[in-house]
Amino acid sequence: MSSPEIDALTQALSRLPGLGPRSARRAVLHLLKRREIALKPLISALQAVEQNLATCAICGNVDTVNPCGVCTDPRRDAKLLCVVEEVADLWAMDRARLFPGRFHVLGGRLSALEGVGPDDLSIAQLMARVTAGGIDEVVLAMNATMEGATTMHYLAERLAGSGVSVTQLAHGVPVGGELDYLDEGTIAQALRARRPVA
Amino acid sequence: MHLDAEALVCAAIAHGENGAVVRFLTAEAGLVAAYVPGGRSQRLRPALAPGTRVRLRLDGRTETQLARAGVEIVRSRAALAFDPLALALVEWLAGLAATLLPEGHPYPRVHATLESVLDLAELQDDPLVTLAALARFELLLLAELGFGLDLSACAATGQTEDLAFVSPKTGRAVSAGAGAPYADRLFRLPAFITNGGAASVEDVAEALHIARHFIERDLLTGRRAANLTAARDRIEARLKR
Repeated sequence: MSSPEIDALTQALSRLPGLGPRSARRAVLHLLKRREIALKPLISALQAVEQNLATCAICGNVDTVNPCGVCTDPRRDAKLLCVVEEVADLWAMDRARLFPGRFHVLGGRLSALEGVGPDDLSIAQLMARVTAGGIDEVVLAMNATMEGATTMHYLAERLAGSGVSVTQLAHGVPVGGELDYLDEGTIAQALRARRPVA
Repeated sequence: MHLDAEALVCAAIAHGENGAVVRFLTAEAGLVAAYVPGGRSQRLRPALAPGTRVRLRLDGRTETQLARAGVEIVRSRAALAFDPLALALVEWLAGLAATLLPEGHPYPRVHATLESVLDLAELQDDPLVTLAALARFELLLLAELGFGLDLSACAATGQTEDLAFVSPKTGRAVSAGAGAPYADRLFRLPAFITNGGAASVEDVAEALHIARHFIERDLLTGRRAANLTAARDRIEARLKR
């Protein structure tokens, strides 16, 4: 039997993605047992984020500064803009550090059944960034889903007359993937995107 | 409820962390909803894309309980993602079926025609053929749901020949002679709808216009209509090009 405060902490943690009541209880026990090395640093980290949390007014990224670190990084190529669906996608793209440009987060993808239309996404902000000039290429890095493809085609049409080069991510066999385990849709996309061997 | 059949995925809505509530269209049982554990996982997500034909194994303790389902891809339509028109078609058709068809009532003709329109979208090079099939499907859907157009005879004269118009109010055909004075208030009836054969761009556009009018008036009412018809707008925009 634990105190109401500890119960409240357990309940709060159990609502996080990937955690259920049992794993939340284990996490709480871990925090309580290692108060100095786990609980206190976690509290200060949460407080620091809570106090400074901001959505970047330029790209829609989530950071503790506004504009975010990605938008203000002078080493990034301002002529390259990568459009992603969610902040998680931006972080995934940036984790690899392969994309030298900047980002734009749409905040979702078009979905007729879920009631998400163009006005629900930051498409107007994207168009404003492109029309403001200084961008040579827009990379549409949508997820390889029907909704992602719909969003990509929609954006490609909207950007068609803007004078920038519009590209999309390649789809196909993942690194380490075996053909035998791939669905036929992925194989079809890989075949379509085949290229001469260098 | 137990079902082991081939089904068309119509809509998948995220449920919980990894699962999805999915609406399938089967020939035998019509539209069925089921919970697919792990439906948002990397392995299952391609199988639950709208338009995919899957082997569906469905188990529910009672008729009213949301059943649990296991799926396996029979035919992926992921290749349609390259073509904006085909993509809009899948979105519109799958959304239409998921939204309009009542659950648990078989509509074998709707199922078969929907499959054939999707096949055309995938295999047919001429988009006009696919869009003509779409118009026919929409008219069939209206008929199957009890709002069919009566194109068998003229509403004014009863004649069965020379039908040239459709009344936007009654959905009944009007002959060229009887409809001529009111032509500006009637829909032009494209010949391919009643007689078959090839259709021009104007014919297909008119047929789609007629079908949309009655679908929006009689079937697609309410909040979700506007979002769903966005896909239909994209189809029509492609045709205009």
